Order: sequence, then C-alpha cells, then structure tokens
Amino acid sequence: MAKRTPLYEEHLRLNARIVEFGGWDMPVMYTGIIEEHTAVRVSAGVFDVSHMGEIEFTGPDALPCVNYLTVNNASSLVDGQAQYSILLNERGTVVDDIIVYRFSGNRFIFVVNASNIEKDFAWITSHKKGNVKIENRSDDFALIAFQGPKAISILKGLTDANVEGLETFHFAQGSFNKRDTCIFARTGYTGEDGFEIFCSPKAAPAIWQDLLEKGKPQGVMPVGLGARDTLRMEMKYSLYGHEITDETNPLEAGLGWVVKLDKPGDFLGKSALLKVKQEGLKRKLVGFKMIEKSIPRSGCDIVADNQKVGFVTSGTMSPSLKEPIGIGYVPAALAQEGSKFFIDIRGAQRQAMVVKTPFYKR
Amino acid sequence: MEFPDDVFYTKEHEWVRVEGKTATIGITDYAQSQLGDIVFVELPKVGLEMKKEDTFGVVESVKSVSDCFAPVSGKVVEVNEDLTDNPAMLNEDCYGDGWILKIEMKDAGEAKKLMKTAEYQAFVKEESA
Repeated sequence: MAKRTPLYEEHLRLNARIVEFGGWDMPVMYTGIIEEHTAVRVSAGVFDVSHMGEIEFTGPDALPCVNYLTVNNASSLVDGQAQYSILLNERGTVVDDIIVYRFSGNRFIFVVNASNIEKDFAWITSHKKGNVKIENRSDDFALIAFQGPKAISILKGLTDANVEGLETFHFAQGSFNKRDTCIFARTGYTGEDGFEIFCSPKAAPAIWQDLLEKGKPQGVMPVGLGARDTLRMEMKYSLYGHEITDETNPLEAGLGWVVKLDKPGDFLGKSALLKVKQEGLKRKLVGFKMIEKSIPRSGCDIVADNQKVGFVTSGTMSPSLKEPIGIGYVPAALAQEGSKFFIDIRGAQRQAMVVKTPFYKR
Repeated sequence: MEFPDDVFYTKEHEWVRVEGKTATIGITDYAQSQLGDIVFVELPKVGLEMKKEDTFGVVESVKSVSDCFAPVSGKVVEVNEDLTDNPAMLNEDCYGDGWILKIEMKDAGEAKKLMKTAEYQAFVKEESA
C-alpha cells in the first residue's frame, strides 16, 4: 500500500484528487491545475512535499564525505546555506538530484526525491568515506512548500525567524505561530520566491491550516503535484525520471553549472564526466515550442528527416503562456535556439522549434 | 453532477443526442470533471466514415490525454470548430456549447441501445466507488 504523509487527512478534507506518486498517495489537484498554477504565479500556493526524503550526515568527516558524494562544491557553503547538487554513479550518470543543507561543518542534510529515498540511502551508505554517521531521517520531517510572490509577506507575520533577511538558498530556524520549531529555507521548485518549511510530522497539519487561512484573503491556495509539475516545466527544471535518470549525465542535461570539476579532491563520477567533456556532448536537453498546434508529452519521439533522433522528457500546455511547451533530448547539432524538428504525436509529425528557456519569466 | 434525460450515454463517458438520423456527441459531466481543465481538442475531418468504437479524436487536459470513441457508426457531418480556440467549453457546458461533433447515423437504432440516464448514473457510481 502507498504511504501517506502527515497531511493526508488535510488533502481529503480539501477534496483533493489523490494519485500514487513515487510510492506515496499524494494530491494531484484540489480545485484545478490551471487555477492552482496561477495562484502560485500571482499570489502563493501551499504544497505538501513531505514525501521527499531527508538523509542526515553527522561526524567530523561529514564535509569531505558530502564533497566526495556530490558534484557541487560543498566547501563553499556556510552554516545555514543550501545548494542544489547531484549524486552521480561511477558512469557519470545521475543517481538523484538533491539539495544539500549545511547546518554546521559536521552536520549536513540531503533532501532527496521521494521515489529515490531507499536507493539513495543504500548508495550513500555503501559509498561513504571517513568518520561520518548517516541516517535516513525522512520520517522525522514533514515538508511544506510555500511558494509565490506573496509568500514572504504572509510568512513573516507567522514566525520569529528573520525570513525576510534570508537570501535565496539560505535557511534559518525559528518558531511558527509561537508554537512549532521549524526550519525555513528560501528554496523551491516553481521559479517564484518562496520557502520550504521543515517541521515535525505532528506539527504539520496546524502549520498547513495556518498558511491557508492567513493567505486566503490574498488568494493563497493548496497546490497539488499537477501544478507543481507545470510550474517546474515552465522553468525547465529537471524532474528525476524524466530529464535526469541513471541513463543521463548532468552535462547533457544542462546542469554543467552544478558540476564543479575543479573542486579539490575526487568525487564520484568525476572521471567519467571528464571523459564526457573531452569527447563532447552527443545530445543536449532543450526546451521547445510547437509550430503546429499540438501538445508534446513525455515519451514522444523527436524526429528529423523521418528518423527518430531524440525523445520528449516532459511536455504540457503551459498555464502561464497558454501554449504547449516541451523539454527533450536532441542531437547536439539540433540544440541551438531556432533549430527545428518534429515531434511524433499519435503518429502525426508536428513541427517544433528550440526556444530560450526558462519558458516563463517573471 | 448533471445527467440530462434527453441523451444516451456510453461506458466511455460520452453522450449522444439523437435528432432524426443525426447524432450529436460530447463528453459527460463526469468525464469533464475527471479530466480537469481541458486544454486541447483534436477533431476529425468532416466526411470521415466511422464504425462504432473507432477512435475519432482526442481530448487533453493539462496532465492527461484521452481518446474519444465513436458511440455509433456513421459519417461525420459537422465538428465543433469553436473548441479549437476554446477547449475549456468542454468544462463549462459539456452538454451544450461543448458538443464535439455530429454524425449522420447508418442505423438510428444503434443509439437506442446505449445507456439511459439511470443506467449511466449507476455505472458512474460503480466506477467512482
């Protein structure tokens, strides 16, 4: 049976449509994907992302261990700072994409994708280095994302943490509504300003209700996984299992900016990536729009000269732009802005063109 | 949820309104509410000959793609072009302005074998249980 987050009863009360995602019963939508998506772009939305996992590193060698397991430079972090990073295997392909939180020089937490928690934990414990304790703390945290331009003004009235002073990708501890101790991180997956709030599972329902109640006059809504997906697609953010998998490397996925090949010391996947870089990329992840009206979907073939040359990793009707958008892998020669190719949609070849991303700009 | 009495229903959650030899076809209130925001409709060409259960088009919501199946055999005589620019009409008025197409039926008796309101209501109840 699928697992349930501490907010499951809240979702039922809000008449959410529940679907299974990564082994969890999660709300895909409450009132409608477009309405929820728009709320996040113009006001703010509250998301249950408690299904995501938390893996904790403690001990004197926590920092070198994190640096060995991840591609970004964890040494550049200060206490209370976070960074987007990637776990690679020896082949240089992606085990997972994660956010690394530094609490202190000997304490870090990785936030990992729900469907990868067990895989990541096994991977990390079998590849760890030095004197470090690794714990899967996923059941100790609920995680609520509060995203959108109005999130800051609403949240600052609900906490004693200096959320306004937090820079992007920084976090602070504080109390919520004078009641629950939380961690407020200025991170998210929507392209909007916003926060991810870590709390105890027990505290989650009241925090969820408070955010919705306080935000309601300003148009704040609960937002399901459906709009979470369309929001991240408009930003061309990768989703594990789609843009990045254990068959893709971060360079072809356009995540080269995360990979610090010149950081001191070795890291998992480094030699494989150096080889990829030396040989040059064969394919690249691009964002495209349709010239012929039709919606590209994950798994559609990308075709040029009547031959399959790539595939669509994600596609949807963009609620903000009101036109279809797609993300996919194409040969490097077709990856420049303006390049044209076809998407096979139900057997019909529909023309598409590479565009600048993110698709949506504030 | 609305289940008007002047139409027949299919297990694919379409409705058929019969006037003489002409069948007007759309999707039901249950179908549109299950799909959510409808953002794209692919319509067949006028003149297409269809057999019952052939797929004739596609209705897409933000997240999903659903085939439409011919509830009766016949020839497409009209399609609702307005849906191309305004697919949300399928959510707003699925039994009225959100009709999808009209078929000239080969055998008008075919439609009468489809479900009537009470039968369809029971079917939906079972399916959503």
